[in-house]
Amino acid sequence: MAMPSFLEEDTTLIDVNRDDPSSSSEGGGSDGDDKSILAHEIESKKPPTYSRFTQQELPACKPIITPKLVIVSFTLIGFLFIPIGKTALSASNNVVEIAKRYDMECIPEIYSNNILHYIQSVGTNKTCTVKFTVPKHMKGPVFIYYQLTNFYQNYRKMSYGVPLRSRIKDTKYMGSRSDRQLTSKAYEGAELEKCEPLEKVGEEPIVPCGLVAWSMFNDTYSFSVKDKALIVNKTNIAWESDKETRFGSDVYPKNFQTGDVIGGAKLNSSIPLSEQEDLMVWMRTATLRNFRKLYGRIDVDLEANDEIAVEIQNNYNSYGYGGEKLLVLSTTSAFGGQNKFLGVAYLTVGGFCFFFAIIFAIIYHFKRREIGDTAYLSWNRNPVGYYMK
Amino acid sequence: MTSGRPLLSSLDNSSVSGQPLLHHSGSLGTLGVSRPADSVNTSILHLARGEPFEVDCLEKDKGRVHFVGDNSFRSANPVGESFDSVVTTKRLQSLDSEFFEEVSLECSTQLSKHLVSWGATAKEMLHNDNNATFSTSFEISRDSGNLGKPKRRSRPKSLQLDEDVLREEDARFIYINDPRRTNDQYEFTGNEIRTSKYTLITFLPKNIFIQFHRVAYLYFLAIAALNQLPPLAVFGRTVSLFPLLFVLCVTAIKDGYEDWRRHRSDRNENNREALIFQSGQLRSKKWKHIRVGEVMKISANETIPCDMVLLGTSDPSGVAYIQTMNLDGESNLKTRYARQETSLAVFEGRAISGLIRCEQPNRNIYEFTANMEFNGQKYSLSQSNIVLRGCQLKNTGWIIGVVVYAGQETKAMLNSAASPSKRSRLENYMNRETLWLSIFLFIMCLVVATGMGLWLAQYENQLDYLPYYRKRYFTLGKDYRKEYKFYGIPMEIFFSFLSSIIVFQIMIPISLYITMELVRIGQSYFMIGDSHMYDSISGSRFQCRSLNINEDLGQIRYVFSDKTGTLTENKMEFRRASVNGKNYGGSLLTADPLQTESISAATTNRRWKLKSTIAVDSELLELLHKDLVGDERIVAHDFFLALAACNTVIPIRTCDGFSSCTDSQFFEDADTMDYQGESPDEQALVSAASAYGYTLFERTSGHIVIDVNGEKLRFGVLGMHEFDSVRKRMSVVIRFPNNAVKVLVKGADNSMLSILAKDSGRDDHARRAATESHLTEYSSQGLRTLVIAARDLTEEELELWQCRFDDASTSLTDRAAKLRQTAALIECDLTLLGATAIEDRLQEGVPETIESLRQAGIKVWVLTGDKQETAISIGLSCKLLTKDMEQIIVNGNSENECRKLLADAKAKCCLKSSSKGSQYLKCNENAEMDYLERPEKEEVPLALIIDGNSLVYILEKELESELYDIATYCKVVVCCRVAPLQKAGIVDLIKSRTDDMTLAIGDGANDVSMIQMADVGVGICGQEGRQAVMASDFAMGQFRFLKRLLLVHGHWNYQRIGYLVLYNFYRNAVFVLMLFWYILFTAFSTTSALTDWSSVLYSVVYTSVPTIVVGILDKDLSHRTLLQYPKLYGVGYRHEAYNIHLFWITMADTLWQSLVLFGVPLVTYKESTIDIWSIGNLWTVAVVILVNIHLAMDIQRWVLITHVAVWGSVIIAFACVVVLDSIPIFPNYGLTSSGVIVKYLETLHHPKLKMPCMLASIAHVHARCLRKMDID
Repeated sequence: MAMPSFLEEDTTLIDVNRDDPSSSSEGGGSDGDDKSILAHEIESKKPPTYSRFTQQELPACKPIITPKLVIVSFTLIGFLFIPIGKTALSASNNVVEIAKRYDMECIPEIYSNNILHYIQSVGTNKTCTVKFTVPKHMKGPVFIYYQLTNFYQNYRKMSYGVPLRSRIKDTKYMGSRSDRQLTSKAYEGAELEKCEPLEKVGEEPIVPCGLVAWSMFNDTYSFSVKDKALIVNKTNIAWESDKETRFGSDVYPKNFQTGDVIGGAKLNSSIPLSEQEDLMVWMRTATLRNFRKLYGRIDVDLEANDEIAVEIQNNYNSYGYGGEKLLVLSTTSAFGGQNKFLGVAYLTVGGFCFFFAIIFAIIYHFKRREIGDTAYLSWNRNPVGYYMK
Repeated sequence: MTSGRPLLSSLDNSSVSGQPLLHHSGSLGTLGVSRPADSVNTSILHLARGEPFEVDCLEKDKGRVHFVGDNSFRSANPVGESFDSVVTTKRLQSLDSEFFEEVSLECSTQLSKHLVSWGATAKEMLHNDNNATFSTSFEISRDSGNLGKPKRRSRPKSLQLDEDVLREEDARFIYINDPRRTNDQYEFTGNEIRTSKYTLITFLPKNIFIQFHRVAYLYFLAIAALNQLPPLAVFGRTVSLFPLLFVLCVTAIKDGYEDWRRHRSDRNENNREALIFQSGQLRSKKWKHIRVGEVMKISANETIPCDMVLLGTSDPSGVAYIQTMNLDGESNLKTRYARQETSLAVFEGRAISGLIRCEQPNRNIYEFTANMEFNGQKYSLSQSNIVLRGCQLKNTGWIIGVVVYAGQETKAMLNSAASPSKRSRLENYMNRETLWLSIFLFIMCLVVATGMGLWLAQYENQLDYLPYYRKRYFTLGKDYRKEYKFYGIPMEIFFSFLSSIIVFQIMIPISLYITMELVRIGQSYFMIGDSHMYDSISGSRFQCRSLNINEDLGQIRYVFSDKTGTLTENKMEFRRASVNGKNYGGSLLTADPLQTESISAATTNRRWKLKSTIAVDSELLELLHKDLVGDERIVAHDFFLALAACNTVIPIRTCDGFSSCTDSQFFEDADTMDYQGESPDEQALVSAASAYGYTLFERTSGHIVIDVNGEKLRFGVLGMHEFDSVRKRMSVVIRFPNNAVKVLVKGADNSMLSILAKDSGRDDHARRAATESHLTEYSSQGLRTLVIAARDLTEEELELWQCRFDDASTSLTDRAAKLRQTAALIECDLTLLGATAIEDRLQEGVPETIESLRQAGIKVWVLTGDKQETAISIGLSCKLLTKDMEQIIVNGNSENECRKLLADAKAKCCLKSSSKGSQYLKCNENAEMDYLERPEKEEVPLALIIDGNSLVYILEKELESELYDIATYCKVVVCCRVAPLQKAGIVDLIKSRTDDMTLAIGDGANDVSMIQMADVGVGICGQEGRQAVMASDFAMGQFRFLKRLLLVHGHWNYQRIGYLVLYNFYRNAVFVLMLFWYILFTAFSTTSALTDWSSVLYSVVYTSVPTIVVGILDKDLSHRTLLQYPKLYGVGYRHEAYNIHLFWITMADTLWQSLVLFGVPLVTYKESTIDIWSIGNLWTVAVVILVNIHLAMDIQRWVLITHVAVWGSVIIAFACVVVLDSIPIFPNYGLTSSGVIVKYLETLHHPKLKMPCMLASIAHVHARCLRKMDID
């Protein structure tokens, strides 16, 4: 739609493309050896076959970008984009989003100088309660996300596997997993080398293996409003395709998190992977180092000024790498979550289009020129004949 | 030609009749008589004839050559003191050096023949009676000819000179008929030739070596090698090799096939058979086994397999006719001679043995220096004794000769310079930009590596604990707490650098090379298929023989054109005649063969017909069939006799039957008459005379037979003064059957009119005035005019002349000057007979083509082997030269002279420029600046005419730059009398000094070196064989197609390829930059959000087809426009479609577009749940859409195929992404199947993404348009 409309055939004065076929060839003739372009020696005594294609005279349209066209199209784009931008912006404004950072809040005072110890030791009580108020009415479903910052889930560590011995192609954080292993019990030992060093315990494969699964997020949240617990729906938070195909229903976690250093969540080894939706969500590696992942849904509306208390099991060690943890509650709109950028961008672009349309119109009005005026050709314009580059 | 019969009957009215003795009276002996008398004479003559004027002598005496020229004649006078000078010294002094150059370069076969025929005089004997050996006489002649010094003084020097030429160590010794001994000491090259580049063994290394001249290939090789290192393998190891291997293989197969064809033709050539004397018998032997020193026999119409010295021919006088078409492109026959001594020996069936001492192999086909020891005596050999490989024996039964040069050492092979592999200019520029791209690449990698280093340094202590970066084994076991896959920060940085190279490798697009090849094939397809470039007369299509340089056609600045056969049809036609002051030929009757037939049938009973039919003027024809009474009739009679007699044309009759007629020269039933001569003009005149009933029937050295309306008349030829460029006329003295002696003269009008009889009557006066007005009329029509005159000679005059003539023609010193003086004796007081006008038919559309090319800003230079006069007249008729041009003629005969002439010319140029009121600098400035027409204020355009002899001095000296300055300043340059390699030299002159593209066009074998030297070589499929076509890059039927080829196809090709390259750079750079920006967000780990497959398919599948289609089909302007406004061609040589500015603009554009492309989704999905593969897919689809829209915006003409290709490839890209996502083993699996993409579309993230990009492009394009509009 932004393309200049096509004029029928050529309308410029200097470009008359319509060639009279009768003038260019006697036509006809049987098919020459047109295929033998490379065969130099073949010197056909026959005249070349005439067709509009071979003579490069196919009917064509030639878009000529005239000032009018530019002005019109820019105006149209402006007209189109500004409403879209407005809608997007208002949709974004209608989204209610609560983001609560809790990682520092949940460290007891006595551990404030020894956070790592606190978070790494098994015996410490990691429960903490965070409260916040709903600023506006939040229409259900309200999505619960956890947000991590500074966590390079997109980190790709180069594979320095032992030369020759290994067939490793790609060991990186985001590659430190065996997707094949996850699909079916039969492949439990498949592509384990990708998971190095977390591929085996003894001779037994780890399921799910690799750094990604190992570092799975394991904080838990439970919500209550006015001491009344809110039900968090944790089903259907993962992708359908993950549940159906990528995570097999006969694959059970095995030897997971049994090593010396525990990375994150432990999995219930009696539940097949196809039902471990948190794992699926986690295994969808994020694009950027700051990312949100869906934790669950609250299917009821939250009223404005409700005070929500969240009981958090603060298990995940984000302190080791200097990351933050946030809890996010958000409604959605047709344009997704809260995002002003989209609307602003549309408005800006639309505005620029308008602006330029006006500028062009002014220029066009005051400095009008006929299209195809041969007097403007360089050699006509400059009788001395010097042509400056 | 001389027959065994005594031919004296028509001659022997004088005192010599029947007497074989040569005595002082200086009368004539015909060859047949003189031969048995003393063979010595001819040998002297040989010596005397050729050597003094050989170019090489001049070259060898550079220090002294300045004597040649004016001085030579002055100092020659003492030598020629026996003359009572009719012509004054002053006149002699005025003779310029042209004369020498004329003779020397021509090595005129006529001249030699003529001298052999008439030359043997006793005078010469007496003259040389002190000579003990013949080699001494040779030396004298050489020296005196050269330096014009008195004999006595020069002798010692001359001895040295000779030694110089054939010094023992330099010479090549050839023992005739003793190849074993010949090859004993020195191993001479065998006769096997090899034009192929590779052998089976060398093919692979050599071909790969040549291919890797492309910088990009080296790069890809390095990348592939990097990818083999396990720590770096980003893509599969073998997979990364495929693109390079594919490109290499395709090219190798192409090269291999071409070379195989060359091998095949070599094999064919080498396995041809020839007859060789082996142990006294003639045996057949393959060409490749022929050795130097062997004696071989060649029969008529056979091709000569190697350079050989003639020993004998089927003609007792030792004459052989050869066609040198393959060598110099001239289609007429040339005469070569066997030495009388050997010829006799051969004839008598004796075995010949002797020693030939000749110069080392060289390229000069117009020169040969050697001597022969035979029967204990030394004879000299020259160019007229050697036949060269590639020539064909014509009109001669057989020849016997000894091989002197074989195989690669033959002059023909030495002249065929190895064809350099051509690469298009644009591709060279592209390599430069590739270098820039690699610098970008390097910077990007450096950024990544540095970032990686900084990041690692920052987190160094935490690396063990980062959940996404574990450097140690914590798993229990033997590896516990051992660092794994961590080489320390410096190495990590290094590896990071290398792996980012791999990730960013498509910054330099390998697919571009494949794309370009494909596009060129497509372009060639259209060029071949262009019905406007089909020559229906010869039925030849346009041919693309080289696929690498299509776009060069759009950037040509210099066109070097051959003349004969390229500009002209090489067919002279007799058009008009002015006889006795009456103009004929205004209305020619071509279409009335019946009438002509009836007339000729009624009046003649000839049984032959001309090969070509000539239109005749009925009025004139009628006049000629009247009885021989009346002034008008007699003048016409003489006129046509002069046409038929005053020439050097050889009539050749061929039978209609299949039997060879070469020996049947006297069979009356010979059927077809063909005239062979050096000058096509003469051929035309003779043919015309024949058409009017005066058929030259037979020409021997002593007489000619002319069939006048059925009656055969035999005329004795008493002497002939050859055409030379000083006199600009030729004359022949003939004795009529009735014993009257007449001199018939023909020549250029200005030289003729001054020597006409002054005291003429009123009638004569009127006739002269009328003829002159006719001449003006003819020449204004672009016809080549000649004036015919005659004069009766009295016995006294005849005797005086004959005495002088014999003396002069056998003189060893200054023969040319003496002959000229002799000619002056009789070439005076002539009676005007009339004038002729000949048309050298230009090819159709030549003037228009040249005009268009000139308008397009292309300089057309004509390089021709023709004489200066011919070249100029053709230049005029094809509107290359115009009357208002000032001609600067450079035809020096020595270095100093050339220097002087060039200085003069330069002065003229700069005078011109300074007279325009500008400084001297302007001169050079102009040369660079004249993109379009020269400013009009320049009063007189200059034309430079330079001849081959001057070029000999100029091209090898520092004078070259002078010539270059002048030549580029002049509007037109015509080079005449240039040898094949000089043509290449001239092309090289321009090529090496400018960046301008050169194109050479020619049709003959003599143009091959030029065609190969030029950036673009175009061959004309003409009459002159296939060599030019074989060596060319493009071949076509007519010169006029050049206009369309350059202005239309060249323009298109250039535009297309130029855009293609830029677009490819853009396309890949956008993609790579997009990857680069993302890597900055992944802690500098070389993560790609895109799947590997998308990365690979991006440039191969997602975006390549539209590129190719646009590269083949897009047209910025229609061919009509391009032809109508030739100046549009200028965009090519101004590099407007592809240059470094455009490159930088494109790169800036790329930067902006990639930022938008990357940034918009990133900001949109900041802190969202989106996963890496989803956004990767988004980016994939977005970049494909973006680049295709970018392309779509630059497309000038939309045909259906373009639509299909552009939109189709967007759809295909989308489809591919969907397919890739539905394969479960990929980590990105399930994106589209769960409708994620659809979801994106719903949330309008996706179109949003495109909008800014599109807008960016639109804005960009519009800005460009507006800028253009403003400028224009």
